[in-house]
This record gives sequence, structure tokens and C-alpha cells, in this order.
Amino acid sequence: MFELLGIPPQALFGQLLLGLINGSFYAILSLGLAIIFGLLNIINFTHGAQYMLGAFATWFLLSQFGINYWWALLLAPVAVGISGIILEKLLISRLYKLDHLYGLLLTFGLALIIQGLLRNNYGISGLPYNIPASLQGGQNLGFMFLPNYRAWVVVASLVVCFGTWFMIEKTKLGAYLRAATENPTLVGAFGINVPLMITLTYGFGVALAGFAGVLAAPIYSVNPNMGADLIIVVFAVVVIGGMGSILGAIVTGFSLGLIEGLTRVFYPEASSVVIFVIMALVLLVKPAGLFGRAV
Amino acid sequence: MKLLKTTAALMAATVISSPAFADVTVKIGVLNDRSGIYADLSGEGSVVAARMAAEDFGAAEKGITVEFVSADHQNRPDVASTIARQWLDQDGVNAIVDVPTSSAALAVNEIIKDANAVFINSGAATADLTGSACTPHTVHWTYDTWALAHGTGSAMVEQGGDSWFFITADYAFGHALERDTMAVVEEAGGTVVGTVRHPFPGSDFSSFLLQAQSSGAKVIGMANAGGDTINTVKQAAEFGITQAGQSLAALLLFITDVHALGLESAQGLVLTEAFYWDLNDDTREWSQRFAEAHNGSMPTMVHAGVYAGVLHYLKAVEAAGNNDADAVVEQMKAIPTDDPLFGQGEVRADGRHVHDMYLFEVKSPDESTGEWDYYETLATIPAAQAFRPLEEGGCHLVE
Repeated sequence: MFELLGIPPQALFGQLLLGLINGSFYAILSLGLAIIFGLLNIINFTHGAQYMLGAFATWFLLSQFGINYWWALLLAPVAVGISGIILEKLLISRLYKLDHLYGLLLTFGLALIIQGLLRNNYGISGLPYNIPASLQGGQNLGFMFLPNYRAWVVVASLVVCFGTWFMIEKTKLGAYLRAATENPTLVGAFGINVPLMITLTYGFGVALAGFAGVLAAPIYSVNPNMGADLIIVVFAVVVIGGMGSILGAIVTGFSLGLIEGLTRVFYPEASSVVIFVIMALVLLVKPAGLFGRAV
Repeated sequence: MKLLKTTAALMAATVISSPAFADVTVKIGVLNDRSGIYADLSGEGSVVAARMAAEDFGAAEKGITVEFVSADHQNRPDVASTIARQWLDQDGVNAIVDVPTSSAALAVNEIIKDANAVFINSGAATADLTGSACTPHTVHWTYDTWALAHGTGSAMVEQGGDSWFFITADYAFGHALERDTMAVVEEAGGTVVGTVRHPFPGSDFSSFLLQAQSSGAKVIGMANAGGDTINTVKQAAEFGITQAGQSLAALLLFITDVHALGLESAQGLVLTEAFYWDLNDDTREWSQRFAEAHNGSMPTMVHAGVYAGVLHYLKAVEAAGNNDADAVVEQMKAIPTDDPLFGQGEVRADGRHVHDMYLFEVKSPDESTGEWDYYETLATIPAAQAFRPLEEGGCHLVE
């Protein structure tokens, strides 16, 4: 049997596929962040907590109301999105005229409060949530055993990422959105309700985080810290892709998942650091990120 | 606030009951993880357990005023040492208890060596605390990596699991547990076909599980703990690891982990623990009281160890008549231990508390008769065999 870079090709393909699956989570989360940053100029540090809320909502719907995974896939993101809209109206909207730093501090503080409240109520070990019956089991691909649920995660996230990209880049609504990013005053002068658009955009970005949370609930431990662990990596992904770049967020999300997957094979100890090393290198060479425009 | 009230109440009680013995004040600092992945298995529960010990001992009536402080070390050795130094140098803490996370425990251990204070560890696993890193002020109460490795490791090899692959948390605890289990496996004639070390804490273990799967080992040993183990078990089920014939060995599993996993995912896991709430009438009675004071959550062995450790510490303070660390530790080693949770035992010269350990198997959902009814006892490992023999640890206190 031939070997690639010292390991059997089966193992390599398997790890690449797993990397792609992890990349799916990075892509959806960084996409939401990028949209929010693009239009609101807010670095949404609550994003990890909102991802966690999506997973908790999924658990809550099942355990309290017996609502299954498929409905949760629709309801949980909507609920998280609405909570985001309320947040934007009540608090975040007051900070647009101030320095970026205030938005960052507010959202970071909110994240800590949300996590703390859930930790007090539910503890840290997490809550059990099983994979829905129709997605249990898996396929033997020859080089690896691919659980059906993981395949579903990749498909779902590709569809959502492509749909979002299409909406923003190819539709009229998206055109307004991009225009408002460039020059809100001018767009407002054309009679478009910019504040409403900003609110809805934040709600949508947050709903994406909630959606990722639903996808995560059956495979990761549903606990109050699940988002805090992930959010730092996702921020690095956004920075590498270029702050505010939609395509950058998607492409970087998937490719960094792959790179992380490979690191887990060759030097697992470094797998939590590799993304930050890449971030440092990218910032040195292209300070605006791979897909960002220099300002 | 609660803490203040308790302290005030204890102090008031001291004044009213006019002590018969020497008037001693001891300040106990509970240092553990209060926000991270080990917060449920230690955390506030350990503070609850320590306070119960002071109440059950009747410290106030015996002229001993007990004060408590607690802090979050965030599983980081640097934070743990900073807090420990502050407690010892400025706040007059006499005993530091719990301290899960081996790297943090070893950091505190280094400081306690030369300080006039006692370190009663319950939460950390590394057997080095009573081996190469032992100090005259350290007592290791509940369990250690040697005991876990011999309990679960031997049992798995006996069942035919003679080839192993390790998924190991990449820090002091994981390394020690992997080392000790490897020794057991190899001594029993088994082989270790590979290991992989994952960053601590982690969330996605699928690629490590895939490596374990392709290694063809009969047993996958999980040398990690808390949230890491929960995620590993959950994802192993997803990847069909056990259905394909490989066994999982949870080298360190707490009852709170089983609770979080649910019996559906956790059933059949074999594990070694020092304590289970449903062992006998004494443990049931105490655990019931604990649960009432701690949001209905049953105690882990770490909580039980904090209770029994503080209880024994207070007995030693009473016997010594003061809070001097050398005198108190001397008494802790001289007086045989006897408490409702661990029964009778002793604190050895190297600081190791020895007691029976238990080999459990997690019940299936059908076998479980109620909430928190999780374990079936497979075997009781007698105290004499449960822990590393005194002379093999390499502790300089052993002559």
C-alpha cells in the first residue's frame, strides 16, 4: 500500500473529511460575524453565546415541549434571532456613534452574563441530546465510517452559506444592504429604512449562530461554555478571511477546518494553535485579510 | 454572603458555648474550578461539602472556629499559584483543599512545601503528589492515576482487551494517567499500539477517534476528564466505535459526567471510583443532605473527598490543639481515618489516604430505577491493593 506524507491515504482522506465538517461550523459562525461587522461595524462578541443559546433552545424544545430536531432547526434560530433583534434595539443601537471598542465591550459583557446565568441554572457538564433517529447510523466509505449526521451537517451548512451569499451578492435586497454598508446616509436619502435594515441584519446574523447551535447540539456537549471555546477560533477565521467579507468568511471557514484536520494527524498537540499561527502570518503579509479590501 | 453568615454563626456559637478546649481558629480555602469543564465535579459542591464537614464535626462546640474562603483557579497553574500565595501570605489561610487539575495542583504543591499550611487534595489525579513531588504538608485524599490505572486498566485487560490506543489530554494529568495505565497494560501482557494527545480542553474528538479506530486496538483508553470525556464518549457513539467491536475505557469518569451523557450514551462503560452515593446507608444519608444543599445534584467522589478530608483535618487540629501545619499533619498521619463516606483507613507517611476503591459499570436505561441510579458495582478493590505501595512511589518522606 502506498503512503502519502507518511500516513495511509485512507486515514488522510478521513481526516480531510472531518476537517471539512468542522469547517462547516466555522463557516456558518464566521459568516454571521462577517455580515454583522460589515453592516453594523460591531464586533459581535455575543456570537458564541448565541450559538450556545441555539443549542440550548434545541434541548429546551425537546425536553419541555417534545418538539423534535427538525422543528428545532427552524424554531431555535428564529427564537435566537428575535432575542438578537431585541438586544440590538435596546442596547447595541445606542453605540453606533461611538468607538468600535464600546460595541466590543458591550457584547463581550453580555456574553459573560448569558453564560453565567445558564451555568448557574444548568451547570457545566452539559445536557444530553441525541441524534435524530432518521440521521443515526452511517456509511462505510471504504476509507472511513462517515456518520450520516456529519454528512448532513456539511450539506446543511453549504446550502445555508451559499443561500446567504446569493442573497447578499445577487438580489435587490442584498444590493441595498451592500449600499448601506458603503454609505448609510445616502441610502437613507433614497427612502430606504436603514435602521430597520440594520436591526434585521443583526437578527439574521444572530439567527445563523443559532442555526449552527442546533447543528451542534447532537454531537457536542450542550453546555454554557460551548460557544466561548469556539468563538475565539471563529474570530481568527474572520480576521484571516478579511473583516466583513462574506465570501472570505465562507472560504476561510472551510479551508481552516481542513488545515486544522491535517494538523490533528501530523502534530495533534498543535491543533489548537495552528489557526492563530496562520492568522499571525496572514496579518503580516496581508493586513486586511485574504479577501478583505485595504481601507 | 452565605459564607459570611455561616462564619458569623459559627463565631457566635463559639462565644456562647464557651469552649472546653484550646481556642483555635482555622481558615480553610477551597480552591478549584468554578467556571470551566471541572466546575460540576468540584466547584461550589466542594465548598458545600467542606462546610458540612465543619458542621458535622461540631467545630464550634469544640472551640475551633472555622472560616472558609473559596476561589476559581480556572484550571490554570499560574492562577492557582497566585491565589495560593495570596491566601497563605496575606489572608492567613491554614489549609487549601480540593484543587482539581493536576497541573494546578502541582503548582500549589510547590508553594505549600515551604509554607505553614496543609494541602488536602481531593480533585487532582496525578499520583506524583504522593510520589516524586510529595511534600510534608500534602495529603492526597480521594484517588490518583495509579489507582485508576490499576482499577480500570487491569479489569479491561482481564476481559481480553490486550491492545490499547490512548486518547490523552495534553497536560500533567493526562500524561500521568497514560503513563500509569500503560504500565499496567504492559505488565499484564498487553500492548500499546498508539497514543494521541489532544489540546486541553477540546471539543471535537472525531479525528482522534478516527485514528484510534484505524489503529485496530481492542481498547481505546480515554486519559482525559470532565467535558473532554463527555465529548469523546458522545462522538465515539456517533462514529460507531463500540458497535464495530472496540471497547472504550473511561479511565476517569465522574457521576456528573454520566449524568450529562445520559445512560443511553454512557451505558456499559467500566470505571473506577472512590465513592458512590448509593453504597450504604451512611453514604445515602450524607448524599441526600448534600443534594439538598446543592440544587439536587448528587455528590461526586471529589466532593466526598473534600468532606472527609476536612473532617479528618479538624480532628487533627483538635488533637494538636493548634493550627501549626507540621503538628496537624503529624496528627493526620497518626490518627486512623474514620468517616461515613470512606469508612476506616489511614493517611500514609507519603500523604496518601488509603481506602477501598470500587469498579463500577454504568447501567443501561432499563436497569436504572431512578434519577442518579447509575452504577452497578462490579468489584470492591481493598485498600491494600487499591493504591501504589508506599515504597514504590519514590517519595523522600518514606524511610
